[in-house]
Amino acid sequence: MNGRMMWATTTRVLQQLKGDPRSIALILVVPAILLAFVYWLFQNETLPPGVPRTFDRVGLMMLGIFPFVVMFLVTSITMLRERTSGTLERLLTTPIHKGDLLFGYALAFSIMGALQSLVATGVAYWVFGMTIEGATGWVVLISVLTSVLGVALGLLCSAFATTEFQAVQFMPVVVIPQILLCGLFVARDAMNSVLEGLSNLLPLSYAVDGLQQVAKNTVVTSALVADLIVVACFVVAGLLLASLTLRRKTA
Amino acid sequence: MSHRAAPPPTNPAGGTPARQPGGDVQEAAVVVENLAVKRGKNLVLEDVSCSIPAGRITGLLGPSGSGKTTLIRAVVGVQRITAGQVRVLGRPAGDATLRHDVGYFTQAPSVYRDLSVVDNVRYFGAMHGKGRSDAAAALEAVGLAGFERRKAGDLSGGQFNRVSLACALVSKPQLLVLDEPTVGLDPVLRADLWHRFATMAAAGTSLVISSHVMEEASHCDTLLLLRDGHLLAQLTPGELRSQGRTDDLELAFLRLIQAAEAPTDTSGAETEGARP
Repeated sequence: MNGRMMWATTTRVLQQLKGDPRSIALILVVPAILLAFVYWLFQNETLPPGVPRTFDRVGLMMLGIFPFVVMFLVTSITMLRERTSGTLERLLTTPIHKGDLLFGYALAFSIMGALQSLVATGVAYWVFGMTIEGATGWVVLISVLTSVLGVALGLLCSAFATTEFQAVQFMPVVVIPQILLCGLFVARDAMNSVLEGLSNLLPLSYAVDGLQQVAKNTVVTSALVADLIVVACFVVAGLLLASLTLRRKTA
Repeated sequence: MSHRAAPPPTNPAGGTPARQPGGDVQEAAVVVENLAVKRGKNLVLEDVSCSIPAGRITGLLGPSGSGKTTLIRAVVGVQRITAGQVRVLGRPAGDATLRHDVGYFTQAPSVYRDLSVVDNVRYFGAMHGKGRSDAAAALEAVGLAGFERRKAGDLSGGQFNRVSLACALVSKPQLLVLDEPTVGLDPVLRADLWHRFATMAAAGTSLVISSHVMEEASHCDTLLLLRDGHLLAQLTPGELRSQGRTDDLELAFLRLIQAAEAPTDTSGAETEGARP
């Protein structure tokens, strides 16, 4: 690993993004707009006193899910372009370490993911008055972590696609099952044992569980810490597996 | 002066530097021994052996599909090889330490379209610890000074190609491997580039340049003629002219091919252009 090459990669990816203001706007604004939709969706619900709004529950989970989805898509397509344009092959003839390239990518998109999470969380709190027990900082942290998770899985999945058309098809395969099983629609312990078992294997489930821990508790629970560690392990595993898919020699 | 005169076979070096082209193994930048590359079921390269001299321009010529790019990829070390060996600067091709010393220009320009010209060159330069001045020099070398801030994807095809070339030049490698670098360039720029390659070779850089345009062969010190995955001959442009009994290099190459195919005894791949 070489910090200078990693940083050069991060800078380069951000420079590429800078030349594309529309993508920046989409990355930063879309999750906030979707959050607004969720808010309006549950605007007219009538609740018995003392019961938290559905928005506080669903909107909170969305803060973890949106960054994951957006970053997964952005990363898998960008990395695929790198593979198909020949720049990857050229880069791999230079002294750059595969880790420098992947972590450089991960860092650049994580910066974007963090900004996106800040915007979405800010909108949820200040515009829609989201109220939860735990500290906002943990929500932002989990949100950033899921965006990094999206980056790691996106980098990995790009290896299994040969065209951009195939790359977007990975979204129904990789992303939607995680959204269905993460506890957003049905609590995980209320699922049948097969689905619950499956849900336990998917990283997004732990991120959403972490958000629920923050929502219910004013203090940091050990379950929250465990959730964060599990997601972080998925991130590292994703990046390591992705580095195995970068080959300096091809047939 | 810009035209490197084809030396007679007996006295190969026009300017007579210390090195002799095609000399002993010590002086060779690249040594290829019995290289075979199979892609799928196709044998793309078969039993290719050659020695590429250091500090010289070696032209890799042959029709499209003859295996030029595969040979180049084997030298750079990105090609999985089936048999034989390739040694570059005394080390096995693709060795990690070679990544500092070998510059590679791919046939399809591999630069970031959505990045500015100068950011492209600086990025590839950063991989070799090169800074802003090196990037500026590389852009100057390919005639793109003044285009720094333009987005690479907005340039014309030839300019885009030159951005890619600048990205290979910026590291100032010992061995520069260029796959068809002059495609799509106008004659003035082409002459300019060949002159620059000659200057680099004179300064000690070893260059391997592929082309399917035979007239470009006259700029090279040594030629590797490939056909159907076989090395037809390794000779100087002067030798090619005399063996083909014409000053037209294209015609000479054609006659060499015919001579190689005409004999009834198919003795082997390396007929070295023997004439009846």
